[in-house]
Amino acid sequence: MSAPAMTAIQHGLQSCGVCGLLSRPAPGHDDGRCPRCGEALAFRKHGSFQRSWAFLIAAAVCYIPANVLPVLTTTTATGSDSDTILQGVVLLWSPTGWPLSIIVLVASIMIPSAKIVALAYLLVSAQRGSVKNAEQRLRLYRMVEFIGRWSMVDVFVDTFTAALIQLQPLMSVAPAPGLFFFAAVVVFTMLAVESFDPRLIWDAASSNEVEYA
Amino acid sequence: MPDPEAPIPRAPDSRVVSKKRTRFSLVWFVPIVAAVAGAWVAVTRALSEGPQISIVFHSAEGMEAGKTKVRYNGVDIGTVTAIRLSDDHRRVIATADMAPKTESFLAEDTKFWVVRPRVSGANITGLGTLISGAYITLEIGSSKEEKRDFEALETPPVVTGDLPGRLFVLKTPNLGSLDTGTPIYFRRLQVGQVASYELDKDGKSFTVQAFVRAPYDQYVNPDTRFWHASGIDVSLSASGLNVKTQSLLSVLIGGVAFETAANAPLEPPAEANTVFTLYADRTEAFEPPPENPQVYQVIFNESVRGLTPGAPVEFRGIKIGEVTDVRAQVDLRNFAFSIPVTITLDPRRLGVNIIGRGRGLDLAIVRRRLIESMVAHGVRAQLRSGNLLTGALYVSLDFFPDAPPATIDWSQTPIQLPTIPGQLEATEATVEDVIKKIDKLPLQAIADNLRKSLADLDRTLITADQTLHSTDRTLVSARGTIDNANSLVGPNSPQAQQLTNTLQEVSRAARSLRVLSDYLERHPESLIYGKKGGPQ
Repeated sequence: MSAPAMTAIQHGLQSCGVCGLLSRPAPGHDDGRCPRCGEALAFRKHGSFQRSWAFLIAAAVCYIPANVLPVLTTTTATGSDSDTILQGVVLLWSPTGWPLSIIVLVASIMIPSAKIVALAYLLVSAQRGSVKNAEQRLRLYRMVEFIGRWSMVDVFVDTFTAALIQLQPLMSVAPAPGLFFFAAVVVFTMLAVESFDPRLIWDAASSNEVEYA
Repeated sequence: MPDPEAPIPRAPDSRVVSKKRTRFSLVWFVPIVAAVAGAWVAVTRALSEGPQISIVFHSAEGMEAGKTKVRYNGVDIGTVTAIRLSDDHRRVIATADMAPKTESFLAEDTKFWVVRPRVSGANITGLGTLISGAYITLEIGSSKEEKRDFEALETPPVVTGDLPGRLFVLKTPNLGSLDTGTPIYFRRLQVGQVASYELDKDGKSFTVQAFVRAPYDQYVNPDTRFWHASGIDVSLSASGLNVKTQSLLSVLIGGVAFETAANAPLEPPAEANTVFTLYADRTEAFEPPPENPQVYQVIFNESVRGLTPGAPVEFRGIKIGEVTDVRAQVDLRNFAFSIPVTITLDPRRLGVNIIGRGRGLDLAIVRRRLIESMVAHGVRAQLRSGNLLTGALYVSLDFFPDAPPATIDWSQTPIQLPTIPGQLEATEATVEDVIKKIDKLPLQAIADNLRKSLADLDRTLITADQTLHSTDRTLVSARGTIDNANSLVGPNSPQAQQLTNTLQEVSRAARSLRVLSDYLERHPESLIYGKKGGPQ
């Protein structure tokens, strides 16, 4: 970035996060609302770092049981089996089924962990006021935001399977505790992304001390 | 570039909504809750982790890591997680994760075994495993010590510790068709099983562990007899053919039966692990054991073919002992062969109640006097045929008042009882006598006479035949004569015709005579004057 861009905050204006309307902040310390759409206004999202970190930590905490605990319990005539996500990947791995195995591996293990790492990087770099690679970081943020909802595919597959395969007494499938943690990981990362204010990325670049966060 | 300080005039004022702000964001509860939930799950998982055990098998047939369960009374209490070969490749070591709080199952003497479909003589077990696959089950030991490394049993134990009942020890020289699981019968009701058996160290007998279920174990008391109920017991007696069996199953696979003698005094049930003798059959089991047996010797000078050790010694049909030894001896002074037979007598079996026994009188002396007086009254030992078909002999003691007097030499050991020749010998002598008499008969003369008489008879018969022939001829001539006579008197014969004509003439003559007589009646004068009127 050659020159710091002009920002609304430098002009004492607040922009609406929904409709984009610029407005003057309310007098005093009270929060204002967008005169057009009624959205709460702030120079930057309140407690963005704090909320993002909180959700991110929650997601990271949930990520461990999500992968350690079984997500699916299969009961057949010969007994019952509980499989974790990784066991599922191993189970699916066969000369013909490997693409499916890779899909599960990418969607269920790599993407959630990548999201957590990416968000942590974004938060740390923004808090340290790094000015490097602001554009790439913004692109990373958008990617994380876009990809977030797709991680729910695993949860959907699980719930569908559990609902469809109920061939009592021959075979039945039930969700196991790991699934709830996995869903929590997805939800918490989405909330963390939602809480993060991407404008913080270039605040540092605009060489203006940000004290609203 | 506009002055950053100057406000943008057209920008509208934002609406004012007052809101309380807190320093500490409530959002931090989210990771805390997540951490608590995660920690809680981790703790429950850790608590639900049971002990890990290893079981050594001979073969992992039917077992699969991650699938094979450890079950107790049908409840899963663990899963086999890994199966590997031992370092020497001879055995299989299965590692199993047990359910939490199963430490109490893992006593020092807990026994593990694999449940597979099994067919043994008496029962079929583990059919369910055909579908569900093999599983490991266990019998909880009673030891207080815990253990984690076990050695599995090859075959499931017949008797599990939690089954109420008692184990008894049976001693038998012959295992027969007994096997682990062989049923035990009480009055033909199956009340237990053979739990195990082993050959004693001396190799002479077997020790059989027999398990009798509650409540039937109370019928086993110290007086109870056990016997082999295997197969069919066929006996032929004077009352007919006797076939005795236990249940059909025991006929096929053998069994053990026990019973207490009906007249036995009521006794408290036997303690567990009481040692009993396993008899060969029911009769043997209830035979009273010999008490204070007395050994005698009887010497026979005849063939003892058919007399074997074990043959009975009977007194007037009552079995009072048995033959224990039969051998031959020779007296070199006169080269006389004799066969001393050793017999054991159980005086109690005689059923003689000794009464009037004086105080302080030794029982041995009483017996001695008894035997002395018996011999004085003619009691002798004799060989008799017990079975005409098999030629089995037995020793009989009976009264022979005509027997030559005998005395007993009490200084000898064993004491010899006097004998007389056996029935068989006497019979042989009689038969020989008869044969000799037959031999003395003048058979040749009798035959000659007989032949002569027969020749005479032949001649007589020929004469008779000739006589019969002439008689025949006479009869033929007689018939010719009769035929002639017949033709003379026949209705169409000329004689008859002539007779008829003659009779007609006579009739006409008679009529003429009547006419004459009528005329004479009316004209009697005509007799003198002749007929008047002349001819008419």
